[in-house]
Amino acid sequence: MHWLPLFGVLVVVIGFALRFNPVPVVVLAGVVSGLCAGKSIGEILGLLGNSFVSERALLLFALTLPAIGVLERAGLREHARNWIASLRSLTLPRLLIAYLGARQILSMLGLTNVAGQAQTVRPLLAPMAEAAAGKRGAPLDPNERNEVRAFCAATDNVGLFFGEDVFIALGAVLLIQGFYAQHGIELQPLQIALWALPTAIAAFLIHGARIVLFARRIAQDKLTSTSTPTVERDAAH
Amino acid sequence: MLRIEHAYWLLALFLAGAAWLNLRERRCWHTAFWTVLAALFASGDYVLTATKAQHQLPAQLAGIGVLALAVLAPRMKRGHITERSAEEREADALRLRHKLLIPALLIPLVTLLVALLGNRPNLGSVPLFAQQQMTLTGLALACLIALIAALIVTRAKPSAGLVEGRRLLDTLGWAALLPLTLASLGGVFAATGVGAAIADLVRTAIPVQSALACVVAFGLGMVLFTVIMGNAFAAFPVLTAGIGLPLLIQMHGAHPAILGALGMLTGYCGTLFTPMAANFNIVPVALLELPNQNDVIRAQWKTGAALLIVNLCLMYFLVFRS
Repeated sequence: MHWLPLFGVLVVVIGFALRFNPVPVVVLAGVVSGLCAGKSIGEILGLLGNSFVSERALLLFALTLPAIGVLERAGLREHARNWIASLRSLTLPRLLIAYLGARQILSMLGLTNVAGQAQTVRPLLAPMAEAAAGKRGAPLDPNERNEVRAFCAATDNVGLFFGEDVFIALGAVLLIQGFYAQHGIELQPLQIALWALPTAIAAFLIHGARIVLFARRIAQDKLTSTSTPTVERDAAH
Repeated sequence: MLRIEHAYWLLALFLAGAAWLNLRERRCWHTAFWTVLAALFASGDYVLTATKAQHQLPAQLAGIGVLALAVLAPRMKRGHITERSAEEREADALRLRHKLLIPALLIPLVTLLVALLGNRPNLGSVPLFAQQQMTLTGLALACLIALIAALIVTRAKPSAGLVEGRRLLDTLGWAALLPLTLASLGGVFAATGVGAAIADLVRTAIPVQSALACVVAFGLGMVLFTVIMGNAFAAFPVLTAGIGLPLLIQMHGAHPAILGALGMLTGYCGTLFTPMAANFNIVPVALLELPNQNDVIRAQWKTGAALLIVNLCLMYFLVFRS
Protein backbone atom coordinates (compact mmCIF):
# COMPACT_ATOMS: atom_id res chain seq x y z
CA MET A 1 0.00 0.00 0.00
CA HIS A 2 2.75 2.36 1.09
CA TRP A 3 4.71 1.95 -2.16
CA LEU A 4 1.80 1.94 -4.61
CA PRO A 5 1.55 5.74 -5.15
CA LEU A 6 5.06 5.60 -6.63
CA PHE A 7 3.40 4.30 -9.82
CA GLY A 8 2.49 7.94 -10.46
CA VAL A 9 6.21 8.78 -10.59
CA LEU A 10 6.71 5.88 -13.00
CA VAL A 11 4.01 7.27 -15.31
CA VAL A 12 5.84 10.62 -15.42
CA VAL A 13 9.23 9.06 -16.10
CA ILE A 14 7.93 6.77 -18.86
CA GLY A 15 5.76 9.49 -20.42
CA PHE A 16 8.63 11.98 -20.55
CA ALA A 17 11.06 9.33 -21.84
CA LEU A 18 8.69 8.38 -24.67
CA ARG A 19 8.19 12.07 -25.46
CA PHE A 20 4.43 12.08 -25.17
CA ASN A 21 2.80 15.48 -24.76
CA PRO A 22 3.69 16.35 -21.12
CA VAL A 23 0.32 17.84 -20.13
CA PRO A 24 -1.78 14.62 -20.35
CA VAL A 25 1.15 12.60 -18.95
CA VAL A 26 1.28 14.77 -15.86
CA VAL A 27 -2.48 14.75 -15.31
CA LEU A 28 -2.60 10.97 -15.82
CA ALA A 29 0.22 10.55 -13.27
CA GLY A 30 -1.86 12.47 -10.73
CA VAL A 31 -4.89 10.25 -11.35
CA VAL A 32 -2.82 7.03 -11.19
CA SER A 33 -1.10 8.08 -7.99
CA GLY A 34 -4.45 9.00 -6.43
CA LEU A 35 -6.09 5.70 -7.44
CA CYS A 36 -3.11 3.72 -6.09
CA ALA A 37 -3.43 5.53 -2.77
CA GLY A 38 -7.04 4.33 -2.59
CA LYS A 39 -8.72 7.66 -3.21
CA SER A 40 -12.10 7.86 -4.94
CA ILE A 41 -12.55 9.51 -8.34
CA GLY A 42 -14.39 12.38 -6.64
CA GLU A 43 -11.53 12.97 -4.20
CA ILE A 44 -8.95 12.89 -6.99
CA LEU A 45 -10.90 15.39 -9.11
CA GLY A 46 -11.25 17.69 -6.11
CA LEU A 47 -7.54 17.40 -5.33
CA LEU A 48 -6.55 18.11 -8.96
CA GLY A 49 -8.88 21.10 -9.30
CA ASN A 50 -7.98 22.57 -5.95
CA SER A 51 -4.21 22.34 -6.38
CA PHE A 52 -4.50 23.67 -9.95
CA VAL A 53 -6.31 26.86 -8.98
CA SER A 54 -4.05 27.34 -5.93
CA GLU A 55 -1.07 27.67 -8.27
CA ARG A 56 -2.57 30.21 -10.68
CA ALA A 57 0.29 32.63 -9.99
CA LEU A 58 2.48 30.47 -12.26
CA LEU A 59 0.68 31.76 -15.37
CA LEU A 60 0.71 35.46 -14.42
CA PHE A 61 3.74 36.02 -16.65
CA ALA A 62 1.30 35.70 -19.59
CA LEU A 63 0.00 39.18 -18.72
CA THR A 64 3.26 40.62 -20.09
CA LEU A 65 2.49 39.20 -23.55
CA PRO A 66 0.15 41.92 -24.92
CA ALA A 67 2.59 44.75 -24.13
CA ILE A 68 5.62 42.77 -25.33
CA GLY A 69 3.70 41.73 -28.46
CA VAL A 70 2.78 45.30 -29.40
CA LEU A 71 6.41 46.38 -28.94
CA GLU A 72 7.68 43.45 -30.98
CA ARG A 73 5.29 44.41 -33.76
CA ALA A 74 6.99 47.81 -33.83
CA GLY A 75 10.49 46.30 -33.93
CA LEU A 76 11.59 46.02 -30.28
CA ARG A 77 13.76 42.98 -30.96
CA GLU A 78 15.25 44.61 -34.07
CA HIS A 79 16.06 47.75 -32.10
CA ALA A 80 17.64 45.83 -29.18
CA ARG A 81 19.78 44.04 -31.77
CA ASN A 82 20.81 47.23 -33.63
CA TRP A 83 21.61 49.03 -30.42
CA ILE A 84 23.90 46.33 -29.02
CA ALA A 85 25.58 45.95 -32.40
CA SER A 86 26.48 49.64 -32.27
CA LEU A 87 28.13 49.38 -28.84
CA ARG A 88 31.49 48.00 -29.87
CA SER A 89 32.85 47.29 -26.39
CA LEU A 90 29.80 45.30 -25.27
CA THR A 91 30.82 41.72 -26.02
CA LEU A 92 28.74 38.58 -25.48
CA PRO A 93 30.45 37.54 -22.21
CA ARG A 94 30.22 41.07 -20.80
CA LEU A 95 26.52 41.29 -21.62
CA LEU A 96 25.63 37.90 -20.13
CA ILE A 97 27.81 38.28 -17.03
CA ALA A 98 26.33 41.72 -16.34
CA TYR A 99 22.84 40.24 -16.69
CA LEU A 100 23.72 37.31 -14.42
CA GLY A 101 25.04 39.63 -11.71
CA ALA A 102 22.11 42.03 -11.96
CA ARG A 103 19.59 39.17 -11.86
CA GLN A 104 21.25 37.67 -8.76
CA ILE A 105 21.34 40.98 -6.91
CA LEU A 106 17.74 41.86 -7.81
CA SER A 107 16.63 38.40 -6.63
CA MET A 108 18.55 38.83 -3.38
CA LEU A 109 16.51 41.98 -2.83
CA GLY A 110 13.34 39.98 -3.35
CA LEU A 111 12.69 41.42 -6.81
CA THR A 112 12.30 38.08 -8.55
CA ASN A 113 9.48 39.15 -10.87
CA VAL A 114 11.32 42.19 -12.19
CA ALA A 115 13.05 40.11 -14.85
CA GLY A 116 12.15 36.77 -16.38
CA GLN A 117 11.91 34.61 -19.47
CA ALA A 118 8.87 36.47 -20.84
CA GLN A 119 9.62 39.94 -19.44
CA THR A 120 13.28 40.33 -20.32
CA VAL A 121 14.86 37.27 -21.98
CA ARG A 122 12.72 36.98 -25.11
CA PRO A 123 12.25 40.68 -25.94
CA LEU A 124 15.60 42.09 -24.77
CA LEU A 125 18.38 39.76 -23.64
CA ALA A 126 18.16 37.18 -26.46
CA PRO A 127 18.26 39.68 -29.37
CA MET A 128 20.98 41.66 -27.59
CA ALA A 129 23.07 38.52 -27.08
CA GLU A 130 22.58 37.51 -30.72
CA ALA A 131 23.79 40.92 -31.82
CA ALA A 132 26.76 40.82 -29.45
CA ALA A 133 27.70 37.33 -30.65
CA GLY A 134 27.45 38.47 -34.28
CA LYS A 135 29.97 41.25 -33.82
CA ARG A 136 33.11 39.31 -34.56
CA GLY A 137 33.03 38.10 -38.15
CA ALA A 138 30.20 36.22 -39.86
CA PRO A 139 26.56 36.28 -38.76
CA LEU A 140 25.33 33.36 -36.63
CA ASP A 141 24.01 30.26 -38.35
CA PRO A 142 20.63 28.97 -37.04
CA ASN A 143 22.25 26.40 -34.74
CA GLU A 144 24.52 28.95 -33.12
CA ARG A 145 21.63 31.39 -32.80
CA ASN A 146 19.59 28.77 -30.94
CA GLU A 147 22.53 27.99 -28.67
CA VAL A 148 22.96 31.66 -27.81
CA ARG A 149 19.23 31.95 -27.03
CA ALA A 150 19.26 28.83 -24.85
CA PHE A 151 22.28 30.17 -22.97
CA CYS A 152 20.39 33.41 -22.29
CA ALA A 153 17.50 31.44 -20.79
CA ALA A 154 19.95 29.39 -18.72
CA THR A 155 21.65 32.55 -17.44
CA ASP A 156 18.31 33.94 -16.30
CA ASN A 157 17.53 30.70 -14.42
CA VAL A 158 20.92 30.53 -12.68
CA GLY A 159 20.71 34.20 -11.68
CA LEU A 160 17.22 33.75 -10.26
CA PHE A 161 17.75 30.48 -8.36
CA PHE A 162 21.03 31.39 -6.72
CA GLY A 163 20.05 34.90 -5.70
CA GLU A 164 16.54 34.31 -4.40
CA ASP A 165 17.59 32.13 -1.48
CA VAL A 166 19.56 34.99 0.08
CA PHE A 167 16.44 37.14 0.45
CA ILE A 168 14.98 36.81 3.91
CA ALA A 169 11.31 37.58 3.38
CA LEU A 170 10.58 35.33 0.46
CA GLY A 171 9.60 31.75 -0.38
CA ALA A 172 12.60 29.57 0.26
CA VAL A 173 13.88 31.02 3.53
CA LEU A 174 10.41 31.27 5.04
CA LEU A 175 9.66 27.70 4.00
CA ILE A 176 12.83 26.46 5.73
CA GLN A 177 12.09 28.51 8.85
CA GLY A 178 8.47 27.34 8.91
CA PHE A 179 9.46 23.70 8.54
CA TYR A 180 11.90 23.86 11.46
CA ALA A 181 9.41 25.79 13.60
CA GLN A 182 6.89 22.96 13.11
CA HIS A 183 9.53 20.56 14.42
CA GLY A 184 10.45 22.69 17.43
CA ILE A 185 13.61 24.39 16.15
CA GLU A 186 13.40 28.21 16.24
CA LEU A 187 15.63 30.02 13.73
CA GLN A 188 15.91 33.63 12.53
CA PRO A 189 15.43 34.09 8.77
CA LEU A 190 18.76 35.94 8.53
CA GLN A 191 20.63 32.96 10.01
CA ILE A 192 19.36 30.82 7.13
CA ALA A 193 19.75 33.41 4.36
CA LEU A 194 23.38 34.10 5.26
CA TRP A 195 24.39 30.51 4.50
CA ALA A 196 23.05 30.82 0.98
CA LEU A 197 25.76 33.40 0.17
CA PRO A 198 28.69 31.00 -0.48
CA THR A 199 26.63 29.12 -3.07
CA ALA A 200 25.45 32.39 -4.63
CA ILE A 201 29.08 33.45 -5.12
CA ALA A 202 30.04 30.02 -6.46
CA ALA A 203 27.12 30.16 -8.91
CA PHE A 204 28.30 33.54 -10.22
CA LEU A 205 31.89 32.31 -10.68
CA ILE A 206 30.98 28.96 -12.24
CA HIS A 207 28.34 30.24 -14.63
CA GLY A 208 30.46 33.32 -15.41
CA ALA A 209 33.34 31.04 -16.40
CA ARG A 210 30.99 28.95 -18.54
CA ILE A 211 29.75 32.13 -20.26
CA VAL A 212 33.33 33.08 -21.15
CA LEU A 213 34.08 29.59 -22.50
CA PHE A 214 30.81 29.51 -24.43
CA ALA A 215 31.45 32.93 -26.01
CA ARG A 216 34.96 31.86 -26.98
CA ARG A 217 33.60 28.70 -28.63
CA ILE A 218 30.98 30.67 -30.58
CA ALA A 219 33.65 33.12 -31.75
CA GLN A 220 35.97 30.30 -32.84
CA ASP A 221 33.18 28.35 -34.58
CA LYS A 222 32.73 31.36 -36.77
CA LEU A 223 36.38 31.53 -37.76
CA THR A 224 36.42 27.88 -38.81
CA SER A 225 33.02 27.83 -40.48
CA THR A 226 33.76 30.71 -42.82
CA SER A 227 36.45 29.91 -45.37
CA THR A 228 36.67 33.44 -46.74
CA PRO A 229 37.76 36.18 -44.38
CA THR A 230 34.65 38.21 -43.61
CA VAL A 231 34.49 41.94 -43.69
CA GLU A 232 33.45 43.32 -40.34
CA ARG A 233 29.90 44.51 -40.74
CA ASP A 234 29.22 48.16 -40.30
CA ALA A 235 28.21 48.27 -36.69
CA ALA A 236 25.94 51.29 -36.98
CA HIS A 237 24.02 49.45 -39.71
CA MET B 1 -8.28 47.74 -3.01
CA LEU B 2 -6.26 45.93 -5.66
CA ARG B 3 -5.93 42.24 -4.89
CA ILE B 4 -4.19 39.36 -6.66
CA GLU B 5 -7.61 38.04 -7.76
CA HIS B 6 -8.00 41.13 -9.95
CA ALA B 7 -4.83 40.09 -11.77
CA TYR B 8 -6.30 36.61 -12.32
CA TRP B 9 -9.53 38.09 -13.65
CA LEU B 10 -7.54 40.26 -16.04
CA LEU B 11 -5.68 37.19 -17.21
CA ALA B 12 -8.98 35.31 -17.64
CA LEU B 13 -10.17 38.17 -19.83
CA PHE B 14 -7.03 37.96 -21.98
CA LEU B 15 -7.39 34.18 -22.32
CA ALA B 16 -11.05 34.56 -23.31
CA GLY B 17 -10.02 37.15 -25.91
CA ALA B 18 -7.43 34.76 -27.31
CA ALA B 19 -10.12 32.05 -27.48
CA TRP B 20 -12.39 34.41 -29.41
CA LEU B 21 -9.70 35.33 -31.97
CA ASN B 22 -9.00 31.63 -32.51
CA LEU B 23 -12.72 31.00 -32.99
CA ARG B 24 -12.84 33.59 -35.78
CA GLU B 25 -10.02 31.72 -37.50
CA ARG B 26 -11.80 28.37 -36.98
CA ARG B 27 -9.03 26.98 -34.81
CA CYS B 28 -11.49 25.12 -32.61
CA TRP B 29 -9.07 23.17 -30.38
CA HIS B 30 -7.28 26.36 -29.41
CA THR B 31 -10.60 28.06 -28.72
CA ALA B 32 -11.73 25.24 -26.44
CA PHE B 33 -8.38 25.12 -24.64
CA TRP B 34 -8.17 28.84 -23.84
CA THR B 35 -11.89 28.97 -22.92
CA VAL B 36 -11.54 26.22 -20.30
CA LEU B 37 -8.40 27.86 -18.94
CA ALA B 38 -10.11 31.27 -18.78
CA ALA B 39 -13.00 29.70 -16.85
CA LEU B 40 -10.59 28.10 -14.37
CA PHE B 41 -8.86 31.42 -13.80
CA ALA B 42 -12.06 33.40 -13.43
CA SER B 43 -13.56 30.93 -10.95
CA GLY B 44 -10.39 30.06 -8.98
CA ASP B 45 -11.19 32.27 -6.04
CA TYR B 46 -14.68 30.82 -5.73
CA VAL B 47 -13.30 27.26 -5.89
CA LEU B 48 -10.82 27.91 -3.09
CA THR B 49 -13.44 29.55 -0.85
CA ALA B 50 -15.85 26.68 -1.45
CA THR B 51 -13.19 24.08 -0.63
CA LYS B 52 -12.40 25.87 2.60
CA ALA B 53 -16.09 25.67 3.49
CA GLN B 54 -15.96 21.86 2.97
CA HIS B 55 -17.94 22.21 -0.26
CA GLN B 56 -16.26 19.86 -2.72
CA LEU B 57 -18.27 20.23 -5.93
CA PRO B 58 -16.59 23.38 -7.37
CA ALA B 59 -13.13 21.87 -6.89
CA GLN B 60 -14.31 18.66 -8.57
CA LEU B 61 -15.65 20.64 -11.52
CA ALA B 62 -12.29 22.41 -11.72
CA GLY B 63 -10.69 18.96 -11.71
CA ILE B 64 -12.83 18.00 -14.71
CA GLY B 65 -11.61 21.22 -16.36
CA VAL B 66 -8.01 20.12 -15.78
CA LEU B 67 -8.78 16.73 -17.37
CA ALA B 68 -10.35 18.55 -20.35
CA LEU B 69 -7.19 20.64 -20.77
CA ALA B 70 -5.10 17.46 -20.72
CA VAL B 71 -7.23 16.01 -23.54
CA LEU B 72 -7.10 19.22 -25.57
CA ALA B 73 -3.37 19.98 -25.18
CA PRO B 74 -2.00 17.39 -27.67
CA ARG B 75 -4.40 18.66 -30.35
CA MET B 76 -2.93 22.16 -30.34
CA LYS B 77 -0.57 22.20 -33.29
CA ARG B 78 1.90 25.04 -33.38
CA GLY B 79 0.81 26.69 -36.63
CA HIS B 80 2.55 29.82 -37.78
CA ILE B 81 0.56 32.97 -37.06
CA THR B 82 1.09 35.82 -39.47
CA GLU B 83 3.29 38.56 -38.13
CA ARG B 84 4.21 41.94 -39.54
CA SER B 85 6.99 41.67 -42.12
CA ALA B 86 10.61 42.02 -41.03
CA GLU B 87 11.05 45.10 -43.26
CA GLU B 88 8.17 46.96 -41.63
CA ARG B 89 9.45 46.09 -38.17
CA GLU B 90 12.99 47.19 -39.06
CA ALA B 91 11.65 50.51 -40.39
CA ASP B 92 9.68 51.13 -37.19
CA ALA B 93 12.70 50.16 -35.11
CA LEU B 94 14.87 52.77 -36.88
CA ARG B 95 12.19 55.43 -36.46
CA LEU B 96 11.21 54.80 -32.82
CA ARG B 97 14.62 53.68 -31.49
CA HIS B 98 14.99 53.97 -27.71
CA LYS B 99 11.36 54.98 -27.29
CA LEU B 100 10.57 51.29 -27.76
CA LEU B 101 12.50 50.42 -24.64
CA ILE B 102 10.46 52.70 -22.36
CA PRO B 103 7.29 50.55 -22.16
CA ALA B 104 9.39 47.38 -21.88
CA LEU B 105 11.31 48.84 -18.95
CA LEU B 106 8.09 50.08 -17.34
CA ILE B 107 7.22 46.45 -16.50
CA PRO B 108 10.15 45.92 -14.11
CA LEU B 109 10.07 49.53 -12.94
CA VAL B 110 6.40 49.64 -11.90
CA THR B 111 6.69 46.16 -10.36
CA LEU B 112 9.65 47.42 -8.37
CA LEU B 113 7.79 50.53 -7.22
CA VAL B 114 4.79 48.53 -6.03
CA ALA B 115 7.06 46.03 -4.28
CA LEU B 116 8.91 48.78 -2.42
CA LEU B 117 6.22 51.39 -1.80
CA GLY B 118 3.03 49.38 -2.25
CA ASN B 119 1.93 49.57 1.38
CA ARG B 120 2.05 53.39 1.39
CA PRO B 121 -0.77 54.73 -0.83
CA ASN B 122 -4.24 54.64 0.69
CA LEU B 123 -7.71 55.20 -0.73
CA GLY B 124 -9.46 56.75 2.22
CA SER B 125 -8.79 54.28 5.01
CA VAL B 126 -8.26 51.27 2.71
CA PRO B 127 -4.74 50.53 1.40
CA LEU B 128 -4.47 50.59 -2.40
CA PHE B 129 -2.73 47.21 -2.58
CA ALA B 130 -3.59 44.11 -0.57
CA GLN B 131 -0.58 42.75 1.35
CA GLN B 132 -0.92 39.24 -0.01
CA GLN B 133 1.29 38.68 -3.09
CA MET B 134 1.69 42.43 -3.55
CA THR B 135 4.62 42.05 -5.95
CA LEU B 136 2.57 39.89 -8.31
CA THR B 137 -0.34 42.33 -8.16
CA GLY B 138 2.23 44.98 -9.00
CA LEU B 139 3.43 42.91 -11.96
CA ALA B 140 -0.12 42.74 -13.31
CA LEU B 141 -0.60 46.49 -12.92
CA ALA B 142 2.79 47.06 -14.56
CA CYS B 143 1.75 44.96 -17.56
CA LEU B 144 -1.39 47.03 -18.00
CA ILE B 145 0.51 50.34 -17.77
CA ALA B 146 3.20 49.03 -20.13
CA LEU B 147 0.53 48.00 -22.65
CA ILE B 148 -0.98 51.49 -22.62
CA ALA B 149 2.48 53.04 -22.98
CA ALA B 150 3.32 50.65 -25.82
CA LEU B 151 0.12 51.57 -27.67
CA ILE B 152 0.91 55.29 -27.29
CA VAL B 153 4.54 54.95 -28.38
CA THR B 154 3.83 52.74 -31.40
CA ARG B 155 0.51 54.44 -32.29
CA ALA B 156 -1.02 50.99 -32.72
CA LYS B 157 -4.76 50.37 -32.40
CA PRO B 158 -5.83 49.16 -28.93
CA SER B 159 -6.92 45.86 -30.49
CA ALA B 160 -3.25 45.24 -31.31
CA GLY B 161 -2.74 44.39 -27.64
CA LEU B 162 -5.04 41.41 -27.91
CA VAL B 163 -3.93 40.41 -31.42
CA GLU B 164 -0.20 40.49 -30.62
CA GLY B 165 -0.69 39.01 -27.14
CA ARG B 166 -2.64 36.17 -28.74
CA ARG B 167 0.20 35.62 -31.23
CA LEU B 168 2.67 35.09 -28.38
CA LEU B 169 0.21 33.05 -26.33
CA ASP B 170 -0.38 30.65 -29.21
CA THR B 171 3.38 30.47 -29.76
CA LEU B 172 3.59 29.16 -26.21
CA GLY B 173 0.57 26.89 -26.69
CA TRP B 174 0.23 24.08 -24.15
CA ALA B 175 3.70 24.86 -22.74
CA ALA B 176 2.07 27.81 -20.95
CA LEU B 177 -0.07 25.37 -19.01
CA LEU B 178 2.63 22.89 -18.01
CA PRO B 179 3.89 24.71 -14.88
CA LEU B 180 0.36 24.73 -13.49
CA THR B 181 -0.35 21.06 -14.21
CA LEU B 182 2.98 20.08 -12.68
CA ALA B 183 2.25 22.11 -9.58
CA SER B 184 -1.10 20.42 -9.19
CA LEU B 185 0.62 17.04 -9.63
CA GLY B 186 2.85 18.11 -6.74
CA GLY B 187 -0.29 18.66 -4.67
CA VAL B 188 -1.58 15.18 -5.53
CA PHE B 189 1.80 13.55 -4.82
CA ALA B 190 1.97 15.24 -1.43
CA ALA B 191 -1.56 14.12 -0.55
CA THR B 192 -0.96 10.51 -1.62
CA GLY B 193 2.28 10.01 0.31
CA VAL B 194 4.69 9.74 -2.62
CA GLY B 195 7.23 11.84 -0.71
CA ALA B 196 7.31 9.65 2.39
CA ALA B 197 7.75 6.54 0.25
CA ILE B 198 10.78 8.05 -1.51
CA ALA B 199 12.39 9.18 1.74
CA ASP B 200 12.00 5.63 3.14
CA LEU B 201 13.56 4.23 -0.01
CA VAL B 202 16.62 6.47 0.38
CA ARG B 203 16.96 5.61 4.08
CA THR B 204 17.04 1.87 3.51
CA ALA B 205 19.81 2.29 0.95
CA ILE B 206 22.48 4.10 3.02
CA PRO B 207 24.72 3.30 6.02
CA VAL B 208 23.25 5.77 8.54
CA GLN B 209 26.30 5.76 10.87
CA SER B 210 28.40 7.60 8.30
CA ALA B 211 27.88 11.38 8.36
CA LEU B 212 29.28 11.63 4.85
CA ALA B 213 26.82 9.04 3.54
CA CYS B 214 23.95 10.94 5.16
CA VAL B 215 25.07 14.26 3.64
CA VAL B 216 25.37 12.69 0.20
CA ALA B 217 22.01 10.92 0.54
CA PHE B 218 20.32 14.14 1.70
CA GLY B 219 21.86 16.18 -1.14
CA LEU B 220 21.27 13.66 -3.90
CA GLY B 221 17.82 12.91 -2.50
CA MET B 222 16.98 16.61 -2.76
CA VAL B 223 18.20 16.60 -6.38
CA LEU B 224 16.37 13.40 -7.31
CA PHE B 225 13.14 14.48 -5.69
CA THR B 226 13.37 17.95 -7.27
CA VAL B 227 13.95 16.36 -10.68
CA ILE B 228 10.83 14.23 -10.24
CA MET B 229 8.63 16.99 -8.82
CA GLY B 230 10.17 19.87 -10.75
CA ASN B 231 10.28 21.91 -7.57
CA ALA B 232 12.76 22.08 -4.69
CA PHE B 233 10.09 23.50 -2.38
CA ALA B 234 8.17 20.22 -2.60
CA ALA B 235 11.33 18.19 -2.01
CA PHE B 236 12.55 20.09 1.05
CA PRO B 237 9.97 19.11 3.69
CA VAL B 238 10.00 15.48 2.56
CA LEU B 239 13.78 15.01 2.56
CA THR B 240 14.39 17.06 5.69
CA ALA B 241 11.73 15.15 7.60
CA GLY B 242 13.00 11.83 6.21
CA ILE B 243 16.80 12.28 6.39
CA GLY B 244 17.87 15.78 7.43
CA LEU B 245 16.15 15.99 10.80
CA PRO B 246 16.43 12.43 12.22
CA LEU B 247 19.83 11.49 10.79
CA LEU B 248 21.85 14.65 10.20
CA ILE B 249 20.58 17.03 12.89
CA GLN B 250 19.57 14.69 15.69
CA MET B 251 22.04 11.84 15.16
CA HIS B 252 25.11 13.61 13.76
CA GLY B 253 24.56 17.09 15.27
CA ALA B 254 24.34 19.12 12.05
CA HIS B 255 23.54 22.84 12.25
CA PRO B 256 19.89 23.25 11.14
CA ALA B 257 20.20 26.72 9.55
CA ILE B 258 23.20 25.77 7.39
CA LEU B 259 21.68 22.41 6.48
CA GLY B 260 18.39 24.05 5.51
CA ALA B 261 19.93 26.74 3.31
CA LEU B 262 22.38 24.41 1.57
CA GLY B 263 19.83 21.63 1.24
CA MET B 264 17.40 23.93 -0.53
CA LEU B 265 20.14 25.23 -2.84
CA THR B 266 21.15 21.65 -3.66
CA GLY B 267 17.55 21.08 -4.70
CA TYR B 268 17.79 24.14 -6.98
CA CYS B 269 20.64 22.39 -8.83
CA GLY B 270 18.12 19.66 -9.61
CA THR B 271 15.72 22.29 -10.98
CA LEU B 272 18.32 23.06 -13.64
CA PHE B 273 18.23 19.41 -14.84
CA THR B 274 14.56 18.66 -15.19
CA PRO B 275 11.84 19.21 -17.83
CA MET B 276 9.39 18.98 -14.90
CA ALA B 277 10.42 22.53 -13.91
CA ALA B 278 8.48 23.67 -16.94
CA ASN B 279 8.22 27.38 -16.24
CA PHE B 280 12.02 27.65 -16.16
CA ASN B 281 13.07 25.00 -18.66
CA ILE B 282 10.21 24.38 -21.12
CA VAL B 283 8.37 27.72 -21.33
CA PRO B 284 11.55 29.53 -22.53
CA VAL B 285 12.02 26.86 -25.22
CA ALA B 286 8.63 27.87 -26.61
CA LEU B 287 9.20 31.59 -26.00
CA LEU B 288 12.56 31.58 -27.79
CA GLU B 289 11.27 29.24 -30.51
CA LEU B 290 14.02 26.68 -29.95
CA PRO B 291 13.81 23.39 -31.92
CA ASN B 292 14.41 20.89 -29.09
CA GLN B 293 12.47 20.66 -25.83
CA ASN B 294 15.67 20.13 -23.84
CA ASP B 295 17.75 22.97 -25.34
CA VAL B 296 17.68 25.14 -22.22
CA ILE B 297 18.53 22.20 -19.95
CA ARG B 298 21.41 21.35 -22.26
CA ALA B 299 22.77 24.89 -21.86
CA GLN B 300 22.62 24.88 -18.06
CA TRP B 301 23.12 21.35 -16.71
CA LYS B 302 26.89 21.73 -16.41
CA THR B 303 26.47 24.78 -14.18
CA GLY B 304 24.03 22.74 -12.09
CA ALA B 305 26.37 19.75 -11.83
CA ALA B 306 29.34 21.89 -10.76
CA LEU B 307 27.21 23.69 -8.18
CA LEU B 308 25.91 20.37 -6.87
CA ILE B 309 29.48 19.28 -6.08
CA VAL B 310 30.23 22.68 -4.50
CA ASN B 311 27.09 22.40 -2.35
CA LEU B 312 27.83 18.87 -1.17
CA CYS B 313 31.37 19.92 -0.17
CA LEU B 314 30.09 23.07 1.58
CA MET B 315 27.50 20.99 3.42
CA TYR B 316 29.99 18.36 4.56
CA PHE B 317 32.56 20.90 5.75
CA LEU B 318 30.19 23.49 7.27
CA VAL B 319 27.25 21.75 8.94
CA PHE B 320 29.22 19.80 11.54
CA ARG B 321 31.58 22.66 12.55
CA SER B 322 29.37 25.18 14.32
